[in-house]
Amino acid sequence: MKSRHVAFVNGSLATIAAITLAPLAWMVAVSLMTPGEASAFPPPLVPARPTLANYRELFAHAGMGRYLANSVGLSLAVTLVSLAFNVAAGYAFAKLAFAGRERWFKLLLGALVIPSQVAMVPLFLLLKDLGLVNSYAGVIVPAMASIFGIFLVRQYALSIPDELIEAARIDGASEFTIFRVVVLPLLKPIVVTLAVFTLLGTWNDFMWPLSDQALYTLPVALASLSREHVQDNELMMAGAVLTTLPVLVLFIALQRYYIQGLMLGSVKG
Amino acid sequence: MRRLQAWWFVAPALAVICVFFFLPVAAALVLSLTDFDIYALADLGNLRFVGLRNYLDLVATPLFWKAVLNTLYFVIVGVPLSLCVSLACALLLNARAARFRGFFRTALFAPVVTTLVAVAVIWRYLYNTRYGLLNYALGFAGIDPIDWLGDPRFAMPAIILFAVWKNFGYNMVILFAGLQTIREELYEAARIDGATYVKQLRYITLPMLAPVLALVSILTVAGYFQLFAEPYVMTQGGPLQSTMSVLYLMYEEGFKWWNLGTASAVAFVLFLFIFAVTVLELRLARQRFPA
Repeated sequence: MKSRHVAFVNGSLATIAAITLAPLAWMVAVSLMTPGEASAFPPPLVPARPTLANYRELFAHAGMGRYLANSVGLSLAVTLVSLAFNVAAGYAFAKLAFAGRERWFKLLLGALVIPSQVAMVPLFLLLKDLGLVNSYAGVIVPAMASIFGIFLVRQYALSIPDELIEAARIDGASEFTIFRVVVLPLLKPIVVTLAVFTLLGTWNDFMWPLSDQALYTLPVALASLSREHVQDNELMMAGAVLTTLPVLVLFIALQRYYIQGLMLGSVKG
Repeated sequence: MRRLQAWWFVAPALAVICVFFFLPVAAALVLSLTDFDIYALADLGNLRFVGLRNYLDLVATPLFWKAVLNTLYFVIVGVPLSLCVSLACALLLNARAARFRGFFRTALFAPVVTTLVAVAVIWRYLYNTRYGLLNYALGFAGIDPIDWLGDPRFAMPAIILFAVWKNFGYNMVILFAGLQTIREELYEAARIDGATYVKQLRYITLPMLAPVLALVSILTVAGYFQLFAEPYVMTQGGPLQSTMSVLYLMYEEGFKWWNLGTASAVAFVLFLFIFAVTVLELRLARQRFPA
């Protein structure tokens, strides 16, 4: 009875994990097949002669190297800039006194129920008027601050003891010095969490006002490639591997921080 | 003095949120009352205030109702399915017999962090009528090949299956954390009283988990109403508009036909609808668990 229970629980988990990971494993397998090999019945599960030709083709002729560099650069830029804005604001909402603090915070919390798509059309018009359509500035500027990011940092910063900040003030430190020297080291875990969230979110996003091919990031390029190369399954799978592998590796390396943020963020209700 | 310094910390973030979120939301409300279209885009002189006409036109458009029904289909089938998978996996992970918890949690969560555009490429191929693995597997059960993404009857189920695979790990992690806060003594007492696993689940686990489950359900319903990206990358709303969601309709009206007034009206209707449903759910939840 007991051992049957253990076998049932672990057998079920293993089966569900296998089904969940199967599409990802198959993506890697097909990406190593020769062109046309996957369009067969029954569908081949492993490549007959594994080859990196699809990856070479992507870098040599489809400009993947450039898109990869764009993705890395844009994700890092959005992450660094938005961290500066959100961490400062989140700390202020937790620990600094300013006029209307509670009212602002309630307004931000209330705004969490508004789906971001409501703002999509006017945001496009605004970016167009500012001349930011078809530029990275149009991606970075609206993403510089996020309600979720401010909220996440605030929740964490509430746990900093007031005495630490007061002691530094009595020593004559300016608010900026206190933030840099006392607060920031204490906020390190939540800063990493927010960084991972922002990096993954920016990397995976593709609804951007970018029409210039030279500006494409990996997901944008992959979406447009998949319209042109509907039949080239092996090539598309190699593109999918290049797009997902970096975020999967980053997630696995930093998942402790990611899961923590998910917990803090989900108690917003 | 110190109060003024505090503004240096919040003002930049608040300014960005005001200009790039609150202002566009307010503008969307105003736009939805105008006939903003491609002519107004070229010259604002062509812009006219039309009152509620966009909303009235929308209610009279069959495609709008089709989009509403499709979205409801996605929510009513997708949310329970997604929650059941999440809950089942969380219960398995939380079972005392479970080994390699860290590995299994990571494996089941992996689809959540993958890039939607990339995994859509995989799933379109899995759904391929002739070469897809899914039809191949169904063939063993004697089921004839299904044109998953080309048949209006199967396109929405295919979208739902894809969405559940992509999303269930998220709620699973939250429910798993909720399960871990239930005290072990409760189960020990129940076992001493001879309660079966089903009884423990019915009288201890589910009641203790109910607040978390309610929160997760409310957030998932609100999220699933915003169906857009999955049909955008898989079916472009087709075939025969069978996967046209309300937000997809907004996107088409706005960025394909440049009817930005109509698009804003669609966005607002959806917002009010989600808002009403969320308030209703919160009220129900408060009645059940007054906390």
